[in-house]
Amino acid sequence: MSLLAIEKLSLKIGSLPILRDIDLSIAPGEVLGLVGESGSGKSMTALAIMQLAPASARAKGRITFDGTDILGASEQQMCALRGDDIGMIFQEPMTALNPVKTIGEQVAEGIRWHTRASRAEAEERAKKILDRVGLPEQKFALSRYPHELSGGQRQRVAIAIACALKPKLLIADEPTTALDVVLQAQILDLLKELVSENKMSLLFISHDLAVVTDMADRITILRQGTVIATGDTAQTLSEANHPYTRQLALASTHVPARVKPHVDNTGADNLLEVSNITREYPGRRRSLFSRSEPVRAVDNVSLTMKPGASVALVGRSGCGKSTLARMILALDTPTSGAIKFRGMSITGRSEADLKPARRNMQVVFQDPYGSFDPRHTVERLVAEPLHLLERRPDRKERRNMVARALHEVGLSRSDMEKYPHEFSGGQRQRLSIARAIITRPKLIVADEPVSALDVSIRAQILDLFAELNHKLGVAYLFITHDLTVARAITDDVLIMHEGRIVERGKTAQVLDQPTSEAAQALVSAAPDLHRAIARRLQEQG
Amino acid sequence: MSDAAPHREETFGDLVGRALANRSFVIGLFITLVVAGMALVSFFWTPFDVTRLIVADRMQPPSAAHWFGTDHFGRDVLSMIMLGARNSIAVALVAVVIGMGIGVPLGCWAAARGGWIDEALMRFNDVVFAFPALLSAIMITAVFGPSAVNAIIAIGIFNIPVFARVARAGALSIWPREYILAARAAGKNKTRITIEHILPNIANLLLVQGTIQFALGILAEAALSYVGLGTQPPMPSWGRMLFDAQTLMMVAPWLALFPGCAILLTVLGLNLLGDGISDIFDPRARRRI
Repeated sequence: MSLLAIEKLSLKIGSLPILRDIDLSIAPGEVLGLVGESGSGKSMTALAIMQLAPASARAKGRITFDGTDILGASEQQMCALRGDDIGMIFQEPMTALNPVKTIGEQVAEGIRWHTRASRAEAEERAKKILDRVGLPEQKFALSRYPHELSGGQRQRVAIAIACALKPKLLIADEPTTALDVVLQAQILDLLKELVSENKMSLLFISHDLAVVTDMADRITILRQGTVIATGDTAQTLSEANHPYTRQLALASTHVPARVKPHVDNTGADNLLEVSNITREYPGRRRSLFSRSEPVRAVDNVSLTMKPGASVALVGRSGCGKSTLARMILALDTPTSGAIKFRGMSITGRSEADLKPARRNMQVVFQDPYGSFDPRHTVERLVAEPLHLLERRPDRKERRNMVARALHEVGLSRSDMEKYPHEFSGGQRQRLSIARAIITRPKLIVADEPVSALDVSIRAQILDLFAELNHKLGVAYLFITHDLTVARAITDDVLIMHEGRIVERGKTAQVLDQPTSEAAQALVSAAPDLHRAIARRLQEQG
Repeated sequence: MSDAAPHREETFGDLVGRALANRSFVIGLFITLVVAGMALVSFFWTPFDVTRLIVADRMQPPSAAHWFGTDHFGRDVLSMIMLGARNSIAVALVAVVIGMGIGVPLGCWAAARGGWIDEALMRFNDVVFAFPALLSAIMITAVFGPSAVNAIIAIGIFNIPVFARVARAGALSIWPREYILAARAAGKNKTRITIEHILPNIANLLLVQGTIQFALGILAEAALSYVGLGTQPPMPSWGRMLFDAQTLMMVAPWLALFPGCAILLTVLGLNLLGDGISDIFDPRARRRI
């Protein structure tokens, strides 16, 4: 008998079909992985189970949870179910907690509501569960507020809230996507333990096949609102009967073909020389006259890059890699140390003096949605860096340059008049790259350029990066916490930890035989699809 | 990743077509044009001469001869509203322009620079904000003499901190976005980023605040006129008419009703117009209509 059974679930928002005839079931104590790309209907399925889909959504079919017909249940019945028998964890730990309530209150809240326990009893239980998720009271008092915790710790609080009442079914919607690999591994372990301890069922939603393989007994693959494949995880993925399954599996381990770039080695030998830079942020003000110790985000870092090189800067979130990137881009000033780009020092210069340097170094950001002004056309957005050129192109030249850049990233000239919202995430990232290459820079700093993209799109964008490296001879500094990306596209790697570079060398070598503790932690935590499938198959004999 | 239909550049005709399809724009524009037209016509013609007092006709309810009735001096209310439109709209509009013209750059500057400049500007703002508006308006008019022009300046000054604050708050929420960082990486300086990226994205906020301040401006002018510091008699203004009607509310309700409706309608019209304009120019709303 299954705990949750979904039969022929269809869901429409307005006239737009979101889900079509979904069948899905979870046995008690089972972990089901729900996989799909963005827009495939994963989250909407989860919301439908909780009856939390938007008010305009119309659902047909049948959802049975533990004998209750969910689609026919009243709001009152659902309120009793949600949080008590079904718990849910969301992707973003920053926004899932109420910033003005202490963590103790937030965990105890659900306990009191569902069990009518007294304040003291609820607090006692909250203490226990917080201790269980790795936030012992001695170190993390119940009176702490969410902003006093790190991202991983907040996700632990969210898990504590969801698991406080030992629900029969836990729904985790991309619970580790916003975390770095080391935290991800910790949170996944915690979830596994909680599930087996409490004999909960888990619906684990993710776009990451490696993570799902690691977690789930069975897997269901969604595409455009329909179930493509379902069955035993290792079997489904290793056999990959459906072409889409095969495509997904291939895309998530994709390595672009790379050809050595043609580089003209005129000018300075090193493209970029960073020597002993440090960036300190003033500490938090304790009173009117005293501040706490300054925070060192980047601590005495040196590095060099050759023209045409592709270098990965890898580290956990908060290790200072983005701060370093900003200083290289002259968007932030180092407290001490020097940065030379093509032989010219770029620290402490005025915007006007920086123009030649800026022309030759551009940036691609992580979030393809946030990095464009929604009110400008693509033509204007992609042309933005053109004013760095010594001679301003006239309107016709400008259009031609934009068209060429768009063509190079696989978009068409007719996209010029569109606005950013008319593009998908992957297309927007192409726009970002078009904007970065329009001035023919020598260096592109890419800050997690593919981590917000679906696996198949990610593979395409990595291919594009590799192709442009070959065609234009542009050097890359890839900032990432994803070792698969680093492996796929870079020659050298720098491992950063707490503001320092703790290990450097050839990418393959460092990632295969890491010597520093930080690198070892990253490598062992990184999800790997092939390894995960092999392990599963081994377990099953 | 399916591409939409072949894309062509939007012509002026398309823009007009989209504007006419936007209901709030059309209604707002209509109301605004009617009010503005009324004010314009009053320069050449009004049904009756409002400087002539005909005591025999005093306090007449609305009739065929006097559509909106007459006041306690026997002046035609419709003529007064037409004439008053000039003053009220001019005072409120210019005061909003002054407030925006000075307040928005100040607020944007504060947001862009941050640090002590921001702090100093905003504290100065607080001081202006905290000072009773009417009192300083009285001071200004006391020094420079009572007139409509001085009323405009006085009201305008009190619009400055309002717009400065709204602009600063809006700008602060835009600055940390990645597209600003991208613009900085493209070497644009803060002034240019403010003009190209910040202002268009906070225009909506400013437009809404503008219509609110416009309505408040009409009322502020009325308050100043009431204490004798605004528009000078015999020139009528809507606010002044409202205040004159106050004591006669029970016997002649039309005296308050019609100027009140005139203010309501103007504010409504501008509000709808502003709403419509911001919809028309928001690219995200474009293909939804």
